[in-house]
Amino acid sequence: MGTAMTVAVAVSAFAFGILVGSIGASAKLSHSLALNVLADVYTTIVRGIPELLVIYLLFFGGSGVATAIASAFGYDGRVDLNAFTIGVLAVGLISGAYSTEVIRGAVQSVPFGQIEAARACGMSRWLILRRVLVPQTLRFALPGLGNVWQLTLKDTALVSVTALAELMRITHLAAGATRQPFLFYGTAAVLYLMLTTVSTALFNRAEISANRGVRRA
Amino acid sequence: MHRHPPVSDSAPAAVVVEDLHKRFGELEVLKGVSVTAHEGDVITLIGSSGSGKSTLLRCINMLEIPDDGRVVIGGEAIALKKTRGGASVPADARQVERIRTRLGMVFQSFNLWTHMTILQNVIEAPVHVLGVPKAEAVDRARMLLDKVGILAKADSYPVQLSGGQQQRAAIARALAMQPKVMLFDEPTSALDPELVGEVLRVIRQLADEGNTMILVTHEMGFAREVASKVVFLHQGRIEEEGSPDKVLTNPDSDRVRQFLSRHLSGAA
Repeated sequence: MGTAMTVAVAVSAFAFGILVGSIGASAKLSHSLALNVLADVYTTIVRGIPELLVIYLLFFGGSGVATAIASAFGYDGRVDLNAFTIGVLAVGLISGAYSTEVIRGAVQSVPFGQIEAARACGMSRWLILRRVLVPQTLRFALPGLGNVWQLTLKDTALVSVTALAELMRITHLAAGATRQPFLFYGTAAVLYLMLTTVSTALFNRAEISANRGVRRA
Repeated sequence: MHRHPPVSDSAPAAVVVEDLHKRFGELEVLKGVSVTAHEGDVITLIGSSGSGKSTLLRCINMLEIPDDGRVVIGGEAIALKKTRGGASVPADARQVERIRTRLGMVFQSFNLWTHMTILQNVIEAPVHVLGVPKAEAVDRARMLLDKVGILAKADSYPVQLSGGQQQRAAIARALAMQPKVMLFDEPTSALDPELVGEVLRVIRQLADEGNTMILVTHEMGFAREVASKVVFLHQGRIEEEGSPDKVLTNPDSDRVRQFLSRHLSGAA
C-alpha cells in the first residue's frame, strides 16, 4: 500500500533530517569557522534550490557518488542505491536543512544559567547535554520540528518521480489506468490530510509534555 | 555584635586564592587578589558593582577561568594551562568536575532546571554525578527541603514557586552534594524585598551550623551578623579586609567608609 511507503519514507527522512539537523546545528554553533561555513553552505544550497531538483540530483548523481566512495574503499563494482534509499536521503537532506535552523534557534533559547548550574554541580559535558541541554532544547524545538515534519511528509510526494511506489506514485498510476483522476487524487488528498492531522495531534501532545514546568500545570 | 566567632588561622584551609588575575578583553576585572577561607569561615565579599567580587567567586569553581594565579581547594591546586592563543583553560576537565562537586554554588537568578520538579532538581546531581542510590538521594532531598521550609513544594515545578522559595530550593540543591564549601553569588539580589528575609534565615542557619561559606552580598547588616571575615573589593583589588566589626564599623579606608555610608541600612 502506498500510504505505508509514504509514512516509511517520511519517518526515515525526518529521523535522518533530525540527525543531520543536530550535526548542522552543532556545526553552526561551534567556534570553528570552517564548520560554520560548511553548515551555512549546506543550508543555503538545500533551502535555496527547488526540492524536486535535490531529488533529481541525488537520483541521477547519488549512485555515481556512492560508487566513487565504494571504490575509494577498494570495492570495484557499481553501487546502485535503490529508490527508497535515494528518497530518504533526498528528503532527509531537505528536512535536515530546516531542522538545522530550528535546532540552532532552540539551543540558543536555553537560558545559559541552566547550563552554568549544571557545570557548578560537577556535571560532565556529556551529562549536561543529556540531562539539561537536550530536554530544554526539545521544548523550544518541538513547535518548529512539527512544521518540518509536515513539510517532510508532503515532500515525499516529490519522490514519486523516481518511480518509488509511494502514495503519490500509486495514485498517479491508478488515476491514469482507471481514467478517474479526480476520485484517486481526491482520495490521496484525504489520506495526506489524515496523516498530517494525526501527526499534528501527536506533536501537540509531545509539546504539552515537554512544556511541563513551563506553563502552569 | 556578630554570632560567628573569628575562625583561628590554624584551622585547615578550605579555599586558598592566590594572586588571581582575570581579564575580559581589555578590561582587567581582578588585578591580583588573594583570599583564604579556613574551615568554618564565613567570608563576605562586598564592594560596588564592577569591583570584581562576583568574578572572584566564579573563579573559585572555575565558572570563570582566571588568567593568572592559583586556586587551591581543600589542599588540591586546580591545574590550569595556556592555549596557543594565550587563553587560560583547565588542564584536566575531570579534575575541575571533581572539585566542583565539593563546592556548592547558589546563583543570583536561582537557575533551577525548569523541566524538572523541585525534588528532581535536588536529587539530579547526587544521583547522576556522585552515583548515590536514588532512594537514598530522595530521602536526603526531602530532609533538605524540609530544612529550608519547602517540603510541600517537592513535586512542584520551579515556575510554580515564588522567588524566595526557588532560591531556597536552589540552596537545597547545592547542599544535596554535601559540599565542603558553599558559594553564594548575591543570593537575595533578584528577590522582592519581602522575600529576602526567608532566604537570609536559611543562610544564617547554615552559618550557625559551622558551614564554610563565601558570600557575595549587598546586605551589609547581614554581612556584619554572619561573617567571620569581610573582604572589601575595589576595582579588582582588595581595599580592606578583616573582622566585620573592624571593616564595617571602623574601616581604615575612606573608600570603604563612603561605600558604607551609602549601603549600611542596618537591617538584616
